[in-house]
Amino acid sequence: MAGASACGGAGCGPHCSSSSSSGAGAEGDAPAERMGRLSMAAGASTTTCGKCDGGGAAVAVSGGAGMCGECFRAYLFGKFKLAVTSNAMVRPTDSVLLAFSGGPASRVALQFIHEMQSKAIQSWETSNSQALPAFGVGVAFVDESALLSRPEHESEMATEDIKSIVSSLSPGDKKVHVAPLEDVFSSGSEDKAAMLEVVGMINDETGRDDFVRCLLMLSLQKIALENGYTKIMLGTCASGIARHVLSATVKGQGYSLPADVQYVDTRWDVPVVLPLHDCLAQELSLLCELDSLKTQQLLDRPCSGINSLVASFVSRLRDENPSREHTILRTAQKLKPFSFNKFSANGYHDFLPSRLRPKFQNVDTNDTTFSEILCLICGSPFSESELQNLENTKHKAQIKIDLYTAHCCQSCHFQILPAATDMYEHFFSLLPKFWTEKVDTAVTASASHGSLRDRIEDYLLEEDDDGN
Amino acid sequence: MGSSVGDGAKLQPSREGGRLCVRCGERKAALKRPKTLEQICRECFYVVFEDEIHQTIANNSLFKAGERVAIGASGGKDSTVLAYVLSELNRRYNYGLDLFLLSVDEGITGYRDDSLETVKRNEIQYGLPLKIVSYKDLYGWTMDDIVKAIGLKTIVHSALDRGAALLKADKIVTGHNADDIAETVLLNILRGDIARLSRCTFITTGEDGPIPRCKPFKYTYEKDIVIYPFYEIYRIYSPNAYRGFAREFIKDLERMRPRAILDIIKSGENFRISTTTRMPEQGTCECCGYISSQTLCKACVLLDGLNRGLPKLGIGRTKVGAGSGDGMQHAKHSERNRSSLQGKHGNLDF
Repeated sequence: MAGASACGGAGCGPHCSSSSSSGAGAEGDAPAERMGRLSMAAGASTTTCGKCDGGGAAVAVSGGAGMCGECFRAYLFGKFKLAVTSNAMVRPTDSVLLAFSGGPASRVALQFIHEMQSKAIQSWETSNSQALPAFGVGVAFVDESALLSRPEHESEMATEDIKSIVSSLSPGDKKVHVAPLEDVFSSGSEDKAAMLEVVGMINDETGRDDFVRCLLMLSLQKIALENGYTKIMLGTCASGIARHVLSATVKGQGYSLPADVQYVDTRWDVPVVLPLHDCLAQELSLLCELDSLKTQQLLDRPCSGINSLVASFVSRLRDENPSREHTILRTAQKLKPFSFNKFSANGYHDFLPSRLRPKFQNVDTNDTTFSEILCLICGSPFSESELQNLENTKHKAQIKIDLYTAHCCQSCHFQILPAATDMYEHFFSLLPKFWTEKVDTAVTASASHGSLRDRIEDYLLEEDDDGN
Repeated sequence: MGSSVGDGAKLQPSREGGRLCVRCGERKAALKRPKTLEQICRECFYVVFEDEIHQTIANNSLFKAGERVAIGASGGKDSTVLAYVLSELNRRYNYGLDLFLLSVDEGITGYRDDSLETVKRNEIQYGLPLKIVSYKDLYGWTMDDIVKAIGLKTIVHSALDRGAALLKADKIVTGHNADDIAETVLLNILRGDIARLSRCTFITTGEDGPIPRCKPFKYTYEKDIVIYPFYEIYRIYSPNAYRGFAREFIKDLERMRPRAILDIIKSGENFRISTTTRMPEQGTCECCGYISSQTLCKACVLLDGLNRGLPKLGIGRTKVGAGSGDGMQHAKHSERNRSSLQGKHGNLDF
């Protein structure tokens, strides 16, 4: 069953309850019992819906009030829609790529974005002016089987499942893109070997886990770019964010932490949005059960190392107090986000008739592109000390490897780069070119600046030049 | 593949029989240092342990020559080691400090007796003068009296500050170690307390108040503190009775990746918290002049209530540990009172 799980359906180890199910439709026992768990945990004093007059049985609780299935659904959809509209996540001209992992959160995201799209299609069809076209939606699934030595037939079955889930959603044609993770290495037939080798060079278990997540993001970016998508939508939910807050803290990433926990992230070539930002994993799992939304859990990779420890910790905290995840989120919201955590107004709403522009809020009117230096592997913005280290290295660096190394944040440096420094060169040579090329470009840019000075140096007068 | 993390210090000599200390390369390695997993000999362990603390003190300019410094002495292992190391370093590096041990006797029968004994022994062993201030001295009530009157145990941390003020100290040092601070960072995240979160990694707090407090052990691992006195100083300490969720988590984390404790502290130091949120609420108590965000500080309100025979006065949302089941507590407050989120030191303010 896609029951309440510590990891939001992502699977996090043997204790995780979600990793063994293969679909919400499989269970026969009363859903009411499981839903009761949610109610009891939150200490509901009411067993009928407190929001509507239907008198239906309460299946979930929020803010002390019970909600029937309908109201619960509306409550979650409301949060989703609010996140999308108030953060200007989806413009009518956008083509949105939904990252589908198979778990309950991404399943709900798929369902909800589909509903928004259906409405948009309807409005457009019935509108006189047809000024606002309906946005496009595609679904991406990144296949990690090479890393997990998953038998091919299992992956194929899972892929078929996904395709059937998506095709059942109409109107609105949604293309399904399935890509193996190793594609990001772009070395043709050598991809899989390169991926396995580079992952094998990482000694730290948590480092390996985080590295694969970075590859996943890169993969989504690649799919989006190659297929003309303008936004990537993740199913990351409040519970996942709460876990990230703690794991980033324990990895020494307190400075960059706010970058990953906002609604919008424009660091990447294709901006990333998180519409389920305020929904708890438990709520999303519950909705999948209530609405029989099929999930595909077989594909989930359990998190490991520190990430797994954090997941268990948060799970214990949540058992003791169901609103703990929200509190953690609130703390993180008080940290200052980065400039790339908002869309720049520059040309963002050009397609809109001016009378409609005020409707689209929360866009940054300051149109400077962000200037933060980002880690070459994970994209974390550099802190003061990391910037200092980079500056120092730039002045001294004789070889490219030193520059690559200095473009890695302290966390990636510790947990991802190989233990032996003489392995660095090989390691960087195996990394997706996408990453190392960014540093190359930056280096060339400053090098050409340097050589210009060299060329005219002879003609520049020193302040104390006496003609010698 | 995957570095296996040592399970704390190993005190017996290496079985290979030939492992030399990685620092001096001369003596046989006697233990695996929890913070760094280095295999070092006893002597080198003392050296690095004491040296790191001296560096912390020097780099952060914790003291000025001539200062009168109160060492908050609870009788626990942290303050015992703190007293010893500080007096050692004071001598060795000529800090020029006037050190004394300050202990607070809450007057709870059976609670402090052992630890007070330890502190008295410390006085003799280290040659540091010991001052014990009792709740009775400070407030006119012992904890037992307070408990009898209002049936709860509240830990009022300002007792140490008041005692220090009474004894004309310029500074207070406490034995809070890296594990404590890491735990506090986590707890403040979990509780949503952004104001405390912004201050809890400061090595010195209360600089704009009457008596600043500093934590020379900020980067010192608890496990190192446990090992340090093992060979030389015989002591009894009251074991750390309470372990909450967060502390368990930190222990598990440490086993997996020892540097995580320092990483948590680093995160705490680097959180992007706007300076306006950082502002501690300033102000002084109208009654005793002590630092307080309200017109009357919590202690005065509580005492006022006790003295007027209105014992429930001052028992409210902010009292950590208040758990009388007499219906006074609102359901909303039960969240704050859940022991799983209390740190070792009760109240989360240092």
